[in-house]
Amino acid sequence: MSIAALAQSMGITLRALFSKPLTIPYPDAPVPLKPRFHGRHVLTRHPNGLEKCIGCSLCAAACPAYAIYVEAAENDPNNPVSAGERYAKVYEINMLRCIFCGLCEEACPTGAVVMGYDFEMADYRYSDFVYGKEDMLVEVEGTKPQRREAAYTGKPIKRGYTVPYVRPELEGFKPPKK
Amino acid sequence: MRLFCLQDHILDKRGACSLRVPALLRKGIVFGAQCLSAVTLAADSAHSTATDPLWMVGIKAFLVIFGLLTAFAYMTLIERRLLARIQVRQGPNRVGPNGLLQPLADAIKSIFKEDLVVSRADKVVFVLAPIVSVTFALLTFGLIPFGPKGAFFGYDPWVIDLDVGLLYVFAVSEIAIYGVFLAGWASNSKYALLGSLRSSASLISYELALGISLVAPVLLVGSLNLQQIVNWQYENGWLILYMLPAFAIFLLTSMAEAARTPFDLPEAEQELVGGYNTEYSSIKWALFQMAEYIHLITAAALIPTIFLGGWRMPGFMEQIPLIGGLFALPYLWMFVKIALFLFFFIWVRGTLFRLRYDQLMVFSWGRLFPLALVWFVLSAMVVAFQWPLAVLGWLSFLSLVVFLIYAALTAKPRPRNIPRLGAGD
Repeated sequence: MSIAALAQSMGITLRALFSKPLTIPYPDAPVPLKPRFHGRHVLTRHPNGLEKCIGCSLCAAACPAYAIYVEAAENDPNNPVSAGERYAKVYEINMLRCIFCGLCEEACPTGAVVMGYDFEMADYRYSDFVYGKEDMLVEVEGTKPQRREAAYTGKPIKRGYTVPYVRPELEGFKPPKK
Repeated sequence: MRLFCLQDHILDKRGACSLRVPALLRKGIVFGAQCLSAVTLAADSAHSTATDPLWMVGIKAFLVIFGLLTAFAYMTLIERRLLARIQVRQGPNRVGPNGLLQPLADAIKSIFKEDLVVSRADKVVFVLAPIVSVTFALLTFGLIPFGPKGAFFGYDPWVIDLDVGLLYVFAVSEIAIYGVFLAGWASNSKYALLGSLRSSASLISYELALGISLVAPVLLVGSLNLQQIVNWQYENGWLILYMLPAFAIFLLTSMAEAARTPFDLPEAEQELVGGYNTEYSSIKWALFQMAEYIHLITAAALIPTIFLGGWRMPGFMEQIPLIGGLFALPYLWMFVKIALFLFFFIWVRGTLFRLRYDQLMVFSWGRLFPLALVWFVLSAMVVAFQWPLAVLGWLSFLSLVVFLIYAALTAKPRPRNIPRLGAGD
């Protein structure tokens, strides 16, 4: 280690001292996520408002963690829920079992279940980690604890991330404003 | 004053000593006590010339200790913040506004942690060691002048005015090594003992170069008194101009003395599970840290006092119109200079790696010590033959040139075409 090298390294640290820290102060500032982040699942809808999910259970079959439970029912032809013959009467994902691998999304023939961006799902009860349709449809904003807190405090839901753009598979999904 | 009791105790009973103190340590304690008694004698003789009443000295001593402890607490915060910025992080910023209450949180944490005394440890010495460390670290700072006579509300801005000033500094900072050694020995742990052995060895070897490097300025000034050193520099220009090598050696060795990064073997966290303070926890461990930082602050105050004109700027600066009066201000320049050197120490810690033990010893005995001796002989010649001061100035300029040439000759060509890693993804 020569003296010149020592002086050079002192210069490097001095330059680093006056650079902006790379740290993202997460709970205070949102995390910039990549568009293909694997977060909480989103059950998307067709543009006409019908659910894409047809209750085929292929996602449950593909799931390596056995986290998905689907119960299908026949559509009422006059008042259909989904675009197919059947729809998912019960669609539950256990977020404690889920490993966020995205195989359900790959297995889905209609593109109904898509990996979203929400990741702030920490909660107190086991039962609160089982997310149903009412927690995952596209129009639902935030996760269970976030919505519970918002209902309690009366403040809007604060999602802790930003995305540069939303990938087209997440049809109708609204990202948090920057 | 505990050491006095020990000394009597040991001298009276010789081998039949009830304290479990090994022979080497016993000699050490006797030596330390003798140093201390010499120092207190010197302090007594100097006390007769002191102008301040005793209560004022007490208040100033309290202020110095209080200030040092506060400075220690905030030094840890500033150091952590600056190190973080050097590593492109933010550092502790959660406790209070901008993390300003972090030292308080640290203090509460370290006081309420479980205070372990190892069961097979020598309990008296085990408890005594951190106290020795921190006490003797605190004793040095009172010597440093912060302004002219009467600048502290009509009283003198220093706690004690000793004619043996620098000797006192050395005696006291030598004794602080006993804290390290006693801690390692009393812990009854192999790691702690090894750590304390090698740290006291390195501290003692750096103390040599430190002492020799300061002999040259003392010779030139003709006084050990810190105020006279400051006044000499006011009249003749800063000592760094005449004593550049001595300044460099003193800077490096005082870093070693405070166990700072290039020489921080005493508390190498990655090796020997920490060194001499392996078995210490809670407030006792914090006391060792405190001693180390107080040594650092004292070093940062001593270096400008001896080499950079102390609390005043050189005389010609006061002749500058308009801003000239600013240079005569007491306190201000001392604090600026202390802050500058503290920043330098943090900067070095953020940059350099720890030396290996053999490198450490070679650097001290093979480089610094001979260099200090050569410079001492040169400046002694200048003083003895009564050559003009300018000779020393040219000599120290020459040493700078030689150093730069050496640096240029040993520099390896910068490697080209190193692929740069992108940030993030």
